[in-house]
Amino acid sequence: MPRDTISKTFTVALLLCVVCSVLVSSAAVVLRPTQEVNKALDKKRNILIAAGLYKEGIDIDAAYQSIEPKVLEFSTGEYVEGIDPASYDARRAAINPATSQPTSDSERAGIKRRAKQASVYLVSKGDRLDKVILPVHGKGLWSTLYGFIALDAADLTTIKGLVFYEHAETPGLGGEVDNPAWKALWIGKRAFDDTGKVRISVIKGRVDPADKAAKFKVDGLSGATITSRGVHNMLRYWLSADGYGPYLAKLKTQGAA
Amino acid sequence: MGKARETLLGPVLDDNPIALQILGICSALAVTSKMETAVTMCLAVIFVLVFSNGAISLIRNYMPSSIRMIMQMTVIASLVIIVDQFLRAYAFDISKQLSVFVGLIITNCIVMGRAEAFAMKNTVGTSMLDGLGNALGYSLILLVVGVLRELFGSGNLFGQELLSLNTEGGWYVPNGLMLLPPSAFFIIGGFIWLLRSFKTEQIEQEA
Repeated sequence: MPRDTISKTFTVALLLCVVCSVLVSSAAVVLRPTQEVNKALDKKRNILIAAGLYKEGIDIDAAYQSIEPKVLEFSTGEYVEGIDPASYDARRAAINPATSQPTSDSERAGIKRRAKQASVYLVSKGDRLDKVILPVHGKGLWSTLYGFIALDAADLTTIKGLVFYEHAETPGLGGEVDNPAWKALWIGKRAFDDTGKVRISVIKGRVDPADKAAKFKVDGLSGATITSRGVHNMLRYWLSADGYGPYLAKLKTQGAA
Repeated sequence: MGKARETLLGPVLDDNPIALQILGICSALAVTSKMETAVTMCLAVIFVLVFSNGAISLIRNYMPSSIRMIMQMTVIASLVIIVDQFLRAYAFDISKQLSVFVGLIITNCIVMGRAEAFAMKNTVGTSMLDGLGNALGYSLILLVVGVLRELFGSGNLFGQELLSLNTEGGWYVPNGLMLLPPSAFFIIGGFIWLLRSFKTEQIEQEA
């Protein structure tokens, strides 16, 4: 019985493809709810890490209770009432023309559209606002990096932490954005100068501690120039007047009042 | 019964896919800095290799030879995706650390090599046994490398501290090289040397 006729080849290939695709897609569909739970938990964990509240082995959901999520309108810097922050999905909003807008300077973070609103997370100590955690994202080398930056609520300038919870950069090179030693470099750096200009930058090589501007600079990742530049550009974009600028300005005046 | 035993255990020491055939080195370097990831990777490869060999052997008589390679790839890739989905659902942290390396099992030469060299010519049962044997051979190396790298690189095993590190007031100065991928080369090289001193028939004759 000849096996190599054209019709037989097509039939076998088709059958195999159907069987394999059924297996793969059923695995994906059946496991998706569990994966979503994991993802949500991982996001909360990273918010807690950015807030400096995470320790190995703690109950994430319980610790997360202390964090107050809010939905924010970028253009006005005001909180939006009537949207549940837990279910607000900025990524879905960013592809819907009604709830998103093109970025004015798409080169900067490598993103063409962004949602008009964002969910931000507030951490309070006693009844005083302690930290503000802002989601950021932008292009690296292979992927879009999604993360959080935490700012000290007292001056809204001192960085309290930067974490990325989702990316697909090269392990060992760009993937070092997850390296605890590198993440620790961010803590205490200043995002803005006294005039309110965004100054934070990721530089090539090591920061010279004698440099007067060292407090605005973070070491680049060696072997990962494009990922480092991506992180730099994304922070420049999100902290600027196009991003969280109006919100931070509003918080500042409220704090003074 | 002797033949089944040989199919299963042969690849572990006598015909080890990494030490003798020098296949599948890439992932052995990448995932062995910690036991947790090394063990997960071993389990993933065992699953993929057993079932890909089984499935390919099952359909070997229906495979047109012109597309047999791509069919093997399809089977292997499907199994790898299923493993990846499972890890994401039930071992999220580890799957994050393994990142691309689970996906790269698709291109692991051992899987493809066994499919083409063994499963295409043998019955389902023997093929699965062969898959298990080769996966165990692969796992043996990964575990040996993983134990050495984690123990001497970070003083831990499975994240439990065994050697107290000097950074936390202990006596052990960790060997940073052990945490970097090249150290796996040295360990695998040492392992091959050791193996060949005992099993001299594995030494290749110079032409």
